[in-house]
Amino acid sequence: MNMMTGVSPWERLIRPDRVHGSLYTDSEIFEAELKNIWYRTWVYVGHESEVPNANDYVVKSIGPQSVIMTRDEQGKVNLLLNRCSHRGNQVCSFERGNARSFTCPFHSWTFANDGRLVGYAFPDGYEGQDKSQLALGRVTRVESYRGFVFGSFAADGPTLKEHLGGAAETIDRLVRTSPEGEVEITAGFLKHRVKANWKFILENECDGYHPAFVHTSIFGVADSMIGKLYGGASTALTRDYGNGHTEIDLRPEFRKRDEPMSWFGTSEERLPDYTARMKTAYGDTAAREIMIDGTPHVMIFPNLFIAEIQMFVIQPLGVDDSVQHVTALQFKGAPDLNRRLRQQTMGSVGPAGFLLADDSEMYERCHRGVLARNPEWIFLGRGEKRQRQDELGFTVGHVTDEVPSRGIWTHYRKLMEPA
Amino acid sequence: MLSRESSATLMSAITAFLYREARLQDEHQYEAWEKLWTDDGVYWVPANGADIDPEQQMSIIYDNRSRIALRVRQLMTGKHFTQTPQSNLRRLISNIELMDEQPDNGDIAVASNSLIFESSLRDDTLWAARNEYRLRHVDGELRMASKKVILVNNDKAIYTLSFLV
Repeated sequence: MNMMTGVSPWERLIRPDRVHGSLYTDSEIFEAELKNIWYRTWVYVGHESEVPNANDYVVKSIGPQSVIMTRDEQGKVNLLLNRCSHRGNQVCSFERGNARSFTCPFHSWTFANDGRLVGYAFPDGYEGQDKSQLALGRVTRVESYRGFVFGSFAADGPTLKEHLGGAAETIDRLVRTSPEGEVEITAGFLKHRVKANWKFILENECDGYHPAFVHTSIFGVADSMIGKLYGGASTALTRDYGNGHTEIDLRPEFRKRDEPMSWFGTSEERLPDYTARMKTAYGDTAAREIMIDGTPHVMIFPNLFIAEIQMFVIQPLGVDDSVQHVTALQFKGAPDLNRRLRQQTMGSVGPAGFLLADDSEMYERCHRGVLARNPEWIFLGRGEKRQRQDELGFTVGHVTDEVPSRGIWTHYRKLMEPA
Repeated sequence: MLSRESSATLMSAITAFLYREARLQDEHQYEAWEKLWTDDGVYWVPANGADIDPEQQMSIIYDNRSRIALRVRQLMTGKHFTQTPQSNLRRLISNIELMDEQPDNGDIAVASNSLIFESSLRDDTLWAARNEYRLRHVDGELRMASKKVILVNNDKAIYTLSFLV
């Protein structure tokens, strides 16, 4: 709060139709984001299917912090901080594995995979110590929604369900694309690093204005129907779900086409096994509707992006240093669909992808660009006058409108402003 | 078993081929590079180690012949912004070896190391890789039936890799 004027610094930096360039480049603001967003709100960490068996673990992250996601012997999923309670050494050096315990290499303290300290070397120097006070640090709250595991470092605050709000329905829409109602994350991650602030990625995920320009090189040479979805004549929508969650809703276009699996550029005939399983699981009518609507294109604030066939996880490492972790979504009980999902994902994203390499170039150029201070502002006013409320009360606009960015910044300001 | 003399001749042809490939890549001679491939060529840049199954796990690049052609066509548009402007590149190829285990079909298994200096809008980046080839004689010329590029740091987060590696 500025005592002289009564105006909060955030009010000066974030306006309804524009934000100040320093929000992307100021390292003090980045530190404040770690505290107020990454270490306080719900952040996506991993998927239950990455630790299918007792004692499986996989190393994940919340911002720059390393987090071990374990499944303990009781089958419970834990989010443990990768830091020995003794001198701070990282207790886990492998990306994944199966282990009942983690032994710190420095002084041989050993922790069970639920975080309990089970032993230290030369215990005769520790008379009277309470081991229960020396466990591995934990992410304070852990909740999962349909297999997607989120963590929050805040003891109090909204539940995960409250945080997801209307966007939870997009995850429901995703999992019903599987004949068994489950997504699996089993194909390994590509890790793509960019010299850019994480919010350029966050905003770009539901920016329907750029594909026609940034991806023109691949739309021009491949038989892709994606380009038309993002054209001026498209009936697709952008949506602000609140809480920073945003969507590009392509269903109006897919429903116009009225062809099952058109959302994935394929057909029922090419996926006979999948189609049959879907009809058995949901009945002919509902299966047809699901296969016409397709999967969502949704950005769950601040770091989980589901892009029809892929899942991205945004990780900020520094004010100008970010990683996009990306993998193909795999639908349980759909082997013929899954193979295509992997092949298409490998073509389009990751460091050498036909699509993402150009997106990444844009983030980096934006980051270098906003270091210039004239003009100071980033303009986000596209579609402001024509946005409206949908039947559920969420703000929607044309697919090329900046409804998502404005929604993100409204939520961001709430999180960053002192209560 | 090749005689010492024919082995030396083959090695010199292989070395010339790998140097030429390197130059075509460094100089963005996309069409000429594409012609080095056999009709069933596979271009593979694994992620997360050297020995993943590309049919099950994500790779940085896992292109069949038609996708190699698509990659080249995208580069040729001049609107693949991550290569507009093009990276300035120069690479060293070394440690070229004819591998002991040769495929049954007459292809030649060859390996080399490469060190690539890339200067792009972002920054200057050094890339290092182990390259494993299967080369084949087609109409009297060597061609690539497969090329596997194992980046030394492929288990870490890496910057955009949009040149021909």
